[in-house]
Amino acid sequence: MNNELPIGGIDQAPCVMNAIEINNLSKRYGKVQALDGISFAVGQGELFGLIGPDGAGKTTLFRLLTTLIHPDSGSAKVDGYDTVNEYRIIRSRVGYMPGRFSLYPDLTVEENLQFFAATFGVTIEESYDLIAPIYKQIEPFKKRPAGKLSGGMKQKLALSCALIHRPSVLFLDEPTTGVDAVSRSEFWDMLAGLKKLGITILVSTPYMDEASRCDRIALCNEGKILGIDTPKGIVRGFDRRLYGIRAKNMFTLLERSRRVAGVEDCYPCGEQHHLVAADNFDVAMFKAQLSDMEDVNIVIKEPTIEDMFIKLMKR
Amino acid sequence: MKHNFGSFVKKETLHILRDKRTMLVVMLIPIVLMVLFGFAISTEVNNINVAVVAPHRTDGVHDAVKRLDANEYFTFKGYITPNEIDSHLRTGNVGAVIVFASDYERGTAQATAGIPTRPIIQLIVDASNVNTASSATAYLQSILLGSASQQTMFETRMLFNPQMKSAYNFVPGIMGLIFILVCAMMTSVSIVREKEMGTMEVLLVSPVRPVKIIFAKMVPYFAISCIVLITILLLARYLLGVPMSGGVGGIFALSLLYLILSLSLGLFVSTISKTQVVALLVSAMVMMMPIMMLSGMLFPIENLPRFFQIVSTIVPARWYIDAIRKMMIQGVPLMAVWENGIILLGMTIVLLSISLRKFNDKLE
Repeated sequence: MNNELPIGGIDQAPCVMNAIEINNLSKRYGKVQALDGISFAVGQGELFGLIGPDGAGKTTLFRLLTTLIHPDSGSAKVDGYDTVNEYRIIRSRVGYMPGRFSLYPDLTVEENLQFFAATFGVTIEESYDLIAPIYKQIEPFKKRPAGKLSGGMKQKLALSCALIHRPSVLFLDEPTTGVDAVSRSEFWDMLAGLKKLGITILVSTPYMDEASRCDRIALCNEGKILGIDTPKGIVRGFDRRLYGIRAKNMFTLLERSRRVAGVEDCYPCGEQHHLVAADNFDVAMFKAQLSDMEDVNIVIKEPTIEDMFIKLMKR
Repeated sequence: MKHNFGSFVKKETLHILRDKRTMLVVMLIPIVLMVLFGFAISTEVNNINVAVVAPHRTDGVHDAVKRLDANEYFTFKGYITPNEIDSHLRTGNVGAVIVFASDYERGTAQATAGIPTRPIIQLIVDASNVNTASSATAYLQSILLGSASQQTMFETRMLFNPQMKSAYNFVPGIMGLIFILVCAMMTSVSIVREKEMGTMEVLLVSPVRPVKIIFAKMVPYFAISCIVLITILLLARYLLGVPMSGGVGGIFALSLLYLILSLSLGLFVSTISKTQVVALLVSAMVMMMPIMMLSGMLFPIENLPRFFQIVSTIVPARWYIDAIRKMMIQGVPLMAVWENGIILLGMTIVLLSISLRKFNDKLE
């Protein structure tokens, strides 16, 4: 065990401000514009979240940054190295966890870890201090085939494997998809721990509620970035009043609310509908208009990232 | 960078060992094929029942029947009348009927004296199995003519495989097939599996050159193929009694070259297929079929239509099977089949360089 090994291997990265720099990056698959000229930067040691639905282009961006595919236009730098010309250097410096479970199901937990350690030319012992907080949780099952682990344990093993060579930048593509709520929360705790060690983390998720665990987030949809800010900043950008409405017949409520004057938008959100109010919206008038409906209930809501996402998407 | 080739080989070996069913199939297929082709499926003439129609049972006829009965491949079932011929053949009681002419004695005498004569023996053979029928006919002819007129008839001698044992012919064919199966098919499926499972994505985002991973993948399959090769050679020698008079060393050397060729073929298939199913189909349709049909394994190449004869020249198994056949049965040394060796070597180099060029370290 050696605690003095620097993150990112023996040789230090050139002095750069940003761990990831993306300039006007575009990628097209046939007729689908997967990425449409996006630009942003991720600072060193930042926990940066890509939030967006399926098909937003998150995986494409990950593959571009991990040098697995060529961009059509634009450029990107990871750790100061160009993803096209210096891709070999990048490949030895970053850790990557693809969206689907990508370990060997027939190999045991320990064999998987050993294999990926060998791939990067390190041993488990050398990096044990780094992976220990995560790996210790699955170590009791180290003789078990990886395919027989639960979803949460699989993610922990995959993360351990991605960390085995002390990467300076960690790319996690939807790491919590298909994992139970408790494991998801645990997983984000682990990411917070890694961030403290100075590792830059780019993580994507379709779950809006996870966005608040990031330093900054980028909301993306259909290959474009809708907005980049801290989670709080994103929410602050929501400059309308928001109400939560309920009634006995939720569907009719949605239909009719949309026709009420001063209602900018109304959409289902969990057990209630969210109503975005324009300046001329009046609660009393709204209630009066829907007086023939049973159990109509309207309360003021705090906007969430999801509300902001819907607002940006419809603009 | 620590040496990691060994751990790749180890990982690949673990994959194979964990998949016990596939492992068992790979080890058993050669044995099953050898036994099947060696004993059950044969085009040899064996135990053919023969009936005889003879208007006059003269000494000459008795003589011929005695010779026939003494032969281990034919069983004399008795004399019948001309009317019974059809029903006996139809029921399958007998496989062939020999009809002696009423003037058989005179005809033989004339033939012996060198005077041209009309046919004195008629062979009626059940040709529902063409192969058996034609071999039986040829064999019966030689037995009967042996008595009729030694002087005027050709004397045919079967060299190298005097008993015409079909197993001899099949062993090289089986070898040509099995190694493609083990090396090409299994390697391609195993490489494509990594693409399909997404592990290739993780492996590519690492300092390891993919070529290294690929070669590590080939090592265990090469080892398995060597075991299979030894098994086949042992079975061929001691179970089927194939002579291998050309020396086992040459057979082994050429087989190793063929193994490498098969591995390159597997690598090539893996570069053009995206899923395991595609890899399997390509292996089965593009490799197995030509090997069965165009390599001389089942049908002699000379009998193929001209077009297929030309196509067969790009089937590696054709050259391999041909060479192995010569070495195993004809007993020629490796040097005598150097042309085949050069062709196989050339194919290996071409395939390997194409697939290494095609195999890129990107996902696209």
